[in-house]
Amino acid sequence: MSSGTTILVALLLPVLAAVSCQIFGRVGHPNLRDVATPLIGACTFAAVWRLGGDVLAGGRPELVLFEVLPGVELAFQVEPLGLVYGLVASGLWIVTSIYAVGYMRGHHEHNQTRFFTFFALSIFAALGIAFARNLFTLFLFYEALTLLTFPLVTHHGTDEARRAGRIYLGILLFTSISFLLFAILFTWRLTGTIEFTPGGILGSEPSSGMVTVLLLLYAFGAGKAALMPFHRWLPNAMVAPTPVSALLHAVAVVKAGVFAILKVVVYVFGLDLLAGSNASLALMTIASFTMLMAAVIAIRQDNLKARLAYSTISQLAYIVLGAAMATATGVLAGGLQIAMHAAGKITLFFCAGAILVATHKKKVSELDGLGRTMPWTFAAFFLASLSIIGIPPLGGSWAKWYLMVGALETGFAWQAAFLGVLMVSSLLAVFYLMPVVVRGFFASSPTAGPSGSGGGDRKPIAEAPFLCVASLVLTALLSLALFFVAGDLTSLLSF
Amino acid sequence: MIEKIVVLEVVLPLLAAPVCVLVRNPRLCRLLSLGVVAICFAIAAAALLEVRGGGVISYQLGGWLPPLGIEYRVSTVNAYLLALVTAMALVVFSFDSRGGPPRVPEQRRHLYYAVFLLCISGLLGIAITGDAFNIFVFLEISSLSSYILVSLGGHRRAVLSAFYYLVMGTIGGVFFMLGVGLLYQATGTLNLRDIAARLEPSLDDRGTVLALALLVVGISIKLAVFPLHHWLPDAYSFAPPKVSAFLAATATKVSFYLLAMILFTIFGAAFVFEELRLQAVLLPLSILAMFLASGAAIFQTDLRRLLAYSSVAQIGYMTLGLSTANVTGLAGGLVHLFNHAVMKGGLFLVVACLLYRVGSVHIDALAGIGRRMPLTAAALVIGGLSLIGVPGTVGFVSKWYLVSGVLERGWTAAAVLILLSSLLALVYVGKVVEVVYFRKPAETQPIDHVREAPLGMLAPAWVLAVAAIFFGLTTNWTYGVAREAAELLLAGGI
Repeated sequence: MSSGTTILVALLLPVLAAVSCQIFGRVGHPNLRDVATPLIGACTFAAVWRLGGDVLAGGRPELVLFEVLPGVELAFQVEPLGLVYGLVASGLWIVTSIYAVGYMRGHHEHNQTRFFTFFALSIFAALGIAFARNLFTLFLFYEALTLLTFPLVTHHGTDEARRAGRIYLGILLFTSISFLLFAILFTWRLTGTIEFTPGGILGSEPSSGMVTVLLLLYAFGAGKAALMPFHRWLPNAMVAPTPVSALLHAVAVVKAGVFAILKVVVYVFGLDLLAGSNASLALMTIASFTMLMAAVIAIRQDNLKARLAYSTISQLAYIVLGAAMATATGVLAGGLQIAMHAAGKITLFFCAGAILVATHKKKVSELDGLGRTMPWTFAAFFLASLSIIGIPPLGGSWAKWYLMVGALETGFAWQAAFLGVLMVSSLLAVFYLMPVVVRGFFASSPTAGPSGSGGGDRKPIAEAPFLCVASLVLTALLSLALFFVAGDLTSLLSF
Repeated sequence: MIEKIVVLEVVLPLLAAPVCVLVRNPRLCRLLSLGVVAICFAIAAAALLEVRGGGVISYQLGGWLPPLGIEYRVSTVNAYLLALVTAMALVVFSFDSRGGPPRVPEQRRHLYYAVFLLCISGLLGIAITGDAFNIFVFLEISSLSSYILVSLGGHRRAVLSAFYYLVMGTIGGVFFMLGVGLLYQATGTLNLRDIAARLEPSLDDRGTVLALALLVVGISIKLAVFPLHHWLPDAYSFAPPKVSAFLAATATKVSFYLLAMILFTIFGAAFVFEELRLQAVLLPLSILAMFLASGAAIFQTDLRRLLAYSSVAQIGYMTLGLSTANVTGLAGGLVHLFNHAVMKGGLFLVVACLLYRVGSVHIDALAGIGRRMPLTAAALVIGGLSLIGVPGTVGFVSKWYLVSGVLERGWTAAAVLILLSSLLALVYVGKVVEVVYFRKPAETQPIDHVREAPLGMLAPAWVLAVAAIFFGLTTNWTYGVAREAAELLLAGGI
């Protein structure tokens, strides 16, 4: 199988999964439907993995489908950043589709076939973004991802879900049409090309002011990156079922935004054009602001999923910060953070969903003592929290490490300030994540007797359905494992 | 061969119309019209293939040489338009309305087909002829027949809106006539190319400037350029649904061609856009149309009115492309002719499906209809996405080139406004989609009896829905042709 065919296979397998969902769902075989999705997911992951071999060997597998507009093709090319994003999205899709079976059935959700169909199609769009060879293809799949995830956000069909859906579509399409599309057209006008090219396509012609405007248009245009003030869609999207929040709103969708920013910085602007420029400084400032503000807001959230959503906004800003540095180290850190944060945050959402299924509790303040009845879930939550905060030996620590190194390399007069921002942000992460663990394990359960027998009595273990617990343990172990295999990722992402 | 038969484009429907009146059997009339339209489409497609790349087909009526005789002249510009009109006519005629509401009485159905054929003949005539007075004749044939078609809508207000359309249309026709008269006075000829060759427009020549003003205003009424658009929402919302689909997809497009031809071929881009600076009027009006008409669409509660106001806004995009007066922008405007015809034609056919099954396209009546008519609703979504201009649909292609053309002129603010205005489309499309899929049907209007539209209706609607995606991804036959046409127009050719 040539590498071009492999790309096509990797893209079409999720579509096949969607079709099989529809077929099995309609003829009334939900079990077959729910087995088919993870199996096809595994095949997709295998296909992307195969492409990874070529990329590691220095190849850039390509697939050109056809010319859409004169000079603009629907074309795909796998390069390191896209590979990381593609691996993360397709790999975690397998786990999520297993978790989702347990969750959707445990929670007695309706319209499960529609849910799994659009879920698979969203992965298709995410892979399209990952492998896009030019801005048009990226934009095509970027908009498709927005539209395909809309039915997932409004899944419950309640007034709240519809309102959230409106905000979701409104903000994401507003930013992408008025900023991103404009930036793409402006790039097209300036250079006559929109192909991703190593070293960038802008050249050194545009003035410093224009570069700043263009970079900000791209950064805010990729609204999925949830840079403030265009972040509100993400907390609102949390009305969706938890598997959606886990895979799409912690991994595939939000990473599509930051991935687009990384791609644009590396392949449209070029690191040389941006490094040390005002544009870089401006974006770094915005990212730092988002990072701190979102973390502070997260501390004040009592709803667990909302707290995780603000944590995501804060953590995404790390990636934008890495991209904005426009140094090799910054981009490396951004790429690492895509993978590390994905593994960590998906675990946290899995845990939130497991708690919801097992106890119907959504608020942090209700979690007292739950750790004793759901030890696996809370242990996984603890591990994943450490990764998000950035403590070794968990994967997240590498991303934070390289970001700090990168901040020191930028050469701005204020570089120490960015270092400080990173440290404060990690500290804030401790404050918004650790209370969950502490309450779970150490606070006394409100249902336990006043003092009587004390905390010594052991309550029976009452975990979520097995498929849920198995998935979240798996992803927690993954963020541990990522610490030890980060070397391979680092060599892959060295620009 | 092809140069001998292009004249059939006009002659066939013109002859088939009286035949319909004689036949009287509605079913036979429908088959006859379908056959005629299919042949016309085949000829138009062959002509387009022939002239693509710079060819010209010239046919002299009665063998009289131009400029004395009437010349039918097909170049890329009008071949593109002939193909568009005939293709849309074919799709609309293949739509089996089953006499669905609003009902044209059985005993008058043959007249309906006859008038429809006359309308097509008139539109094709405008596109194909190379003679100014001939254009006026065909303009009146198509206009008069479309007044009748609108009045057949069944609702009492259909007659009133047809009358209003008639008054406005006639004023437009008179303006056009006076303009042609002044041109004849200035040049002594009616052949378009001859006029173009003899006319030496200058700002000092009051007659010529007046002629231009009369022609532009006259056509602007027919084209429904903001603020001369008031007849359009009424006419489109009370006409029979098939008629709305056909008129929305073709009538305004032919007027747009006429406007572009008069500005670029007769008067020349240099005079109109550099000396007279028409864009100083056209550009603000286009932008106002984009915003005000889209804004009005948001507040409509009837799907047909909503789509009609959206048409006014979309015409704004076309005239915006015209006012850039560069190849990219003009090609963007021309490609939007086709793209808008595909999406709006498809949407009006969806409206026809909904009317047939639900009986109303009031927004409240459509609540939850997505579950009962999934295929119809899906076509509605595709059409809506095209209106917004989501990539992968035809709307995106138009927007891409319009914005590129505007940026080429250095009008950055206008580019931003184009993109912002598509967000208004997002609002009015989103409103409909949300009702159709997510709102619970009202207790008073149960929809349990509603079934999916029959195949004879769904198929044509879906042909256009698929075309909206297909031509959003391959643009050789849309943008490719439109660009050739734009180059030809800017060079003053026809």
